[in-house]
Amino acid sequence: MKQDIILAGVGGQGILSIAFVIDNAALKQGFNFKQAEVHGMAQRGGAVQSHLRISDKPVFSDLIPKGVADMILSVEPMECLRYLDFLSPEGIVITSRSPFVNIPDYPDIEKVMDAIQTVANRVIVDSDKQAKEAGSPKSQNMVMLGAASPHLILEETNLTEFIRILFAPRGDKMVEMNLKAFDLGRTAAIKC
Amino acid sequence: MKQEVLLGDEAVALGAIHAGLTGGYSYPGTPASEIMEYLVRASAKEKSFVASWSVNEKVAYEEALGVSYAGKRALVSMKHVGLNVAADPFMNSAITGANGGLVVIVADDPGMHSSQNEQDSRFYAEFAKIFCFEPSNHQEAYDMTRDAFDLSEHLGVPVMVRMVTRLSHSRSRVQPRSPREQNTLHFGKDTDWTLLPVHARRRFKHLVDKQKDLIMVSNRSEFNSLRINPKNTTLGIIASGIAANYVIENYIEGQEYPSFLKVTTYPIPEELVKGLVDHVDTALIVEDGYPFIEKNISGVFGIDGKNIFGKLTGHLPSTGELSPEIVRQGLGLEALPKRGIADFPLAARPPQLCQGCSHADTYRALNEALESYPESNVFSDIGCYTLGALPPYNAIQSCVCMGASVSMAKGGAEAGVYPSIAVIGDSTFAHSGLTPLLAAVAANTNMTVFILDNSTVAMTGGQPTFLSGEKLVKVIEGMGIAKEHIRSILPLPKNHDENIHIIKQELTYKGLSVVISARECVQQARKKKRSRT
Ligand SMILES: Cc1ncc(C[n+]2csc(CCOP(=O)(O)OP(=O)(O)O)c2C)c(N)n1
Ligand code: SF4
Repeated sequence: MKQDIILAGVGGQGILSIAFVIDNAALKQGFNFKQAEVHGMAQRGGAVQSHLRISDKPVFSDLIPKGVADMILSVEPMECLRYLDFLSPEGIVITSRSPFVNIPDYPDIEKVMDAIQTVANRVIVDSDKQAKEAGSPKSQNMVMLGAASPHLILEETNLTEFIRILFAPRGDKMVEMNLKAFDLGRTAAIKC
Repeated sequence: MKQEVLLGDEAVALGAIHAGLTGGYSYPGTPASEIMEYLVRASAKEKSFVASWSVNEKVAYEEALGVSYAGKRALVSMKHVGLNVAADPFMNSAITGANGGLVVIVADDPGMHSSQNEQDSRFYAEFAKIFCFEPSNHQEAYDMTRDAFDLSEHLGVPVMVRMVTRLSHSRSRVQPRSPREQNTLHFGKDTDWTLLPVHARRRFKHLVDKQKDLIMVSNRSEFNSLRINPKNTTLGIIASGIAANYVIENYIEGQEYPSFLKVTTYPIPEELVKGLVDHVDTALIVEDGYPFIEKNISGVFGIDGKNIFGKLTGHLPSTGELSPEIVRQGLGLEALPKRGIADFPLAARPPQLCQGCSHADTYRALNEALESYPESNVFSDIGCYTLGALPPYNAIQSCVCMGASVSMAKGGAEAGVYPSIAVIGDSTFAHSGLTPLLAAVAANTNMTVFILDNSTVAMTGGQPTFLSGEKLVKVIEGMGIAKEHIRSILPLPKNHDENIHIIKQELTYKGLSVVISARECVQQARKKKRSRT
């Protein structure tokens, strides 16, 4: 059993928090994993991606080969397109529909959505709306993790356990908001 | 012991702690910074060893060398270009030799994710004639770093561990082993450590004589592995470090394996290489970085009757980072089916200065002050402010290496550039800007130096800086610059006009001026606030 996931988004959207939760849930379930992250330059509002590989066999390459990813999990719609060539023909795209516009030449969002529609397996979530509903516009990352959760080889309770651990230092309210964001994302995805 | 989830960099740091580290030193630099960040956190908890950011890599190296001289175990870590700065003590430490284990961790950046070049540190290890490890995964990063200390003491030379960005910044499981005690104080021999020609000649011969021992250790290292496939004498593969993973990745599905040698130690394990090359007609050499092994094997004339393929022969690209699919192509395997995005016009999303960054206000004022000087030139340095090269600022014309802004502005001014301007951050100034400024003071060069003091090393994630605020002003004054030409500005939008006025005054002054533009990095301020609440 294996799952290769490309995490995508924009610097500051909390991609590495998603990775933290998935990594630790994978560890708890006894999987091998490798997660290649981006540090440095790319963080200041630039495109950010992380390769996350989970397997019951040894994982060799830190990078997912193009054409092999089982999932692209993106907190931003255009960013998911950037990595489509990593997706296997049967792979699934789980993406937010809320654009993060910090560049002058952001393409027409309708065209972005059309391009996403060309992927047969897809889950599209309005993460901005769900995050606001959860009480924190910054929790879009947990909305998207929730949306991905029914498609992960990890158990929901393990994911939520590490969401608690991740946000515990910032107080109970943060924990509750992020768990709610996760739930809203999960429900929205199941309805999709 | 319990398994841990660690970055490659953190696995190195933990390996060093468990090897009985006494002192760790570093200057920040992507992708190496997380080694010292881990050591600093761990030493704050355990208080049993020193973990210290240094003012630059040369200083860090020499601090480590002092620990080694005293018989204890020392680590120095840096990014690849940092070793250029530390090259002097590095080369000479091979001659003095190590007393306590001395391990130098160098993180290379193939693909230049955040660097000015993609130099390959294995050449430095060869140049200095020391031993080098190249881990392929997290467990090896831990194990090899631990072993590097033992080996450094056993061989009496510093040992390098060559990391690359992908391993430094990838996270995985590591199984640690029980820690070892620190060494006790025992001094090095003064005649070995005093490199007067009379001693240095003897020491160098000693180092050269020792090379056969290094090669023997490399040949026998348990980290290398040679798997001969007796049925296949056509193709064999030699892959080093993480490149070995990319090869294995492509053969996973029960395909027939060519003979395969994984190299993780240098000097090159000659016997193993011979074992593989003798068996096959064609050897493909796969390495992330420069064609180090390939060049060593094929030499000038190649090997009679054998094909040695790799980057030099165009079978793999000579620039950039390797990836599983690039290696797949080099192996001659069919490409995997993948989907494209047809001709969708993706927009690039380059890194930018943060909202509210002080550098942005400095550049806005500087740009406007320079409007009436079409012949001006802004020599910049390395830091967040290098992003001033991009729109909307387009404010700088060069960025070469740490400290070069000040020396280049002096050279430029002497060649006739006016106004000749240097832009340098507080940490870069302490690292390598002080010495060229002294030269400019001596010559009273007609130039203006901007020191952008945001009281942190922002570019690499907010490490502490040595020369900021009041202290910086005092040092500048002490260097002998005319007091009326040391100006301070507060880079904020509301001060825009006033700042332009000050800058213009200094541009017209015929001589050296320093403008200190000081405001804390907003990211850093936010972090501080968060840790207070
Ligand atoms: C020799 C060398 N060491 C380290 C680095 C990595 N590096 C790039 S910029 C920088 C320091 C930036 O600090 P500062 O000058 O204060 O500017 P800031 O990013 O805070 O604006 C460092 C450490 C490098 N490029 N070269
Ligand atoms: S991290 Fe600090 S110095 Fe760098 S761009 Fe952001 S605010 Fe400016």
